[in-house]
Amino acid sequence: MNEVLATTLTVLALGAALWALVLVVAGQPVRPDRWHGLGALGVVALLELGLLAQAVGGIVAMIATERRLDALSFVGYLIGPVVIVPLAAFWGLTERTRWGPGVLVIGCLTVPVMILRLRQVWEAHV
Amino acid sequence: MSDLATRTRSGPGRLLIAVYAVFALAATARSAVQLGTRFDEAPLPYLLSAFAAVVYVLATACLVRGDRASRTVATVSIVVELVGVLVVGTLSLVDPAAFPEATVWSDYGRGYGFVPAVLPLLGLWWLRVSAGTLGRSAGSR
Repeated sequence: MNEVLATTLTVLALGAALWALVLVVAGQPVRPDRWHGLGALGVVALLELGLLAQAVGGIVAMIATERRLDALSFVGYLIGPVVIVPLAAFWGLTERTRWGPGVLVIGCLTVPVMILRLRQVWEAHV
Repeated sequence: MSDLATRTRSGPGRLLIAVYAVFALAATARSAVQLGTRFDEAPLPYLLSAFAAVVYVLATACLVRGDRASRTVATVSIVVELVGVLVVGTLSLVDPAAFPEATVWSDYGRGYGFVPAVLPLLGLWWLRVSAGTLGRSAGSR
């Protein structure tokens, strides 16, 4: 598993969550027509691309490795964030109040948790 | 009617549903792995995990739908969730031997930042608040 990518994605997800949190505090919905909304969506889109790369790379690494992994959990933690982040973006975008970016905060915060669990599963090999 | 449904899933309800959806997904995936790969190790906690997953999925779906009937089902499932986290949380502290493997509700949801203990309270609060607004704006109900 790619440690550099995993760490980068953790930082990126925390950054996106922080950005969205600022929108919540400022009472702003996620507005794609404003720089602050577009910027938040840009970071989330970048995060999603990175998560996709991690999922592909992770599955390749899992097949290539000699380790005996809990494959089901490993794939689950690879695919989970890829699914959650776009759903959170959609669910947050369709809410035209400050609670919209709140959904992004929750969605983004699940990413570091799942990457942490991913690492644990990778390191818990037999 | 659709007004009530819209209100249920808007504002703070939007955020609440997001958190419920995360727990529904996490609990379902986790219990699927547990039941599928090592059910024999700890049947009771694993069955409880599966039960919790069903409760979270039901609550999420009903909050999203948000009509009168769905809200009733949501209320019941959230009360079950509250009772579950209190009973399982207490039992897991009193008799840890019976819970060798963690469930979402063990130690009052400590493994999940105690969110499982707070979430049902927020859910019931939101169901009250989102119902109450109608009573005020429509005059009486």
